[in-house]
Amino acid sequence: MIYLIYLIIFGFFLTALIGLFASWVDRKVTARVQYRVGPPVLQPLIDLVKLLGKETMVPKGASKFSFLAAPLLGLGSVILVSTILWFNCLNPQRTFIGDIIVVVYLLVLPSLSIIIGGFASANPLASIGSSREMKLVLSYELPFLLAILVPVIQGGFTLRLGEIITYQVQNGIILGSWSGFLAFLVILMCVQAKLALVPFDIPEAETEIVGGPLIEYSGTPLAVYKLMKNMLLFVLPFFIMILFMGGFRLSGAHWINGILKYLGLVALITVIRNTNPRVRIDQAMRFFWGPMTILAMMAVFLALKGL
Amino acid sequence: MSITLKALLKSPWVFHLSTGSCNNCDIEILDCLTPRFDVERFGMLLAGSIRHADVLLVTGSANRKCIPRIKQVYQQMPKPCVVVAIGECSLSRGMFIHSYNCPLPVDKIIPVDVYIPGCPPKPEAIIAGVVKLIEKLSAKPEKK
Repeated sequence: MIYLIYLIIFGFFLTALIGLFASWVDRKVTARVQYRVGPPVLQPLIDLVKLLGKETMVPKGASKFSFLAAPLLGLGSVILVSTILWFNCLNPQRTFIGDIIVVVYLLVLPSLSIIIGGFASANPLASIGSSREMKLVLSYELPFLLAILVPVIQGGFTLRLGEIITYQVQNGIILGSWSGFLAFLVILMCVQAKLALVPFDIPEAETEIVGGPLIEYSGTPLAVYKLMKNMLLFVLPFFIMILFMGGFRLSGAHWINGILKYLGLVALITVIRNTNPRVRIDQAMRFFWGPMTILAMMAVFLALKGL
Repeated sequence: MSITLKALLKSPWVFHLSTGSCNNCDIEILDCLTPRFDVERFGMLLAGSIRHADVLLVTGSANRKCIPRIKQVYQQMPKPCVVVAIGECSLSRGMFIHSYNCPLPVDKIIPVDVYIPGCPPKPEAIIAGVVKLIEKLSAKPEKK
């Protein structure tokens, strides 16, 4: 029963609210960087309500079931991930062994749902976007997993997020150590690619393949995808916070600290997004399999040495 | 006024269709998105795909090759939607009124909600036209 409450209140409502707010922060910071005023606070919510009221069109020749089911698959996995993360933050003792593996698997599903949706929509541009997304997933997963190994090793070879959090409460945050810092840089780049933001927005390059996999979506499925992306904008920085920055605690003044950490991460991601050009897919692949993997391996060795 | 229409008026995503214009109107439309005018303040975004759009901005004197495409794009747009004709050419075909290649003005091809005259219209005129459109839709909710 308590899990259901966590699923509905923390996993869905709170995450959706914070995610919508984060996407407003993203748009506002972007506007300020470009010397514009930017949209009002409620804009992401208004966009969502508007999309829910629009007509849903299924293109001719599309596979109707996978076209309409793919967004729900992505949204469901994001809700599950955020439930696990919130539960770990609020009750670090009552978690199961191996939840970090579950989280890593579930974090692939949003990308997978975009790939399925793109291929199901029977549009050449969507297919190009989906195949790019697939290559991007293949390229960033390796450094992502290596970077996650660092907190696992530092926390005493544990596979429970709760133990990583308690380790950081006792011994200081992992970001403070050399290996933690290197792994943090790597995971930040991987999160940028997972969110499909600008240096790595190759799958949905607006000016090139007009939105990629989402090109044929309209109405409610598009709203679900937007909500999924907004929630990912909360879930992935939150995951980084748990692994490297000591998570989010409600006791005492720690909650202000947690909010500041989160907003700082979102602002960092937005600034990276606004100060970089889009790279090509082969450049992105070389970047992730070359420098990023080497950096992540160095971080793992340093962590094994205890630095 | 229903909540979805209210939301539609607060976040109109525009799709921009050039039907053989000289590019002046298109440049003026893009001007509205620049820091000087910044229509993202009102939630307007330029949508890349017609499936995401709520407002169809038509520029140019619809020529023979374009007419079936205009109809197709209009049918592909998800339905609570509005059409805005921008520039003298799309209003009345402008200087191409006697041309063999421009048989119909845009509003004989698809229903047009707002006409913004000018050759090209200033960004201020485009924003004023959109404000008139919002006023019109707020007064008559069951228009579309």
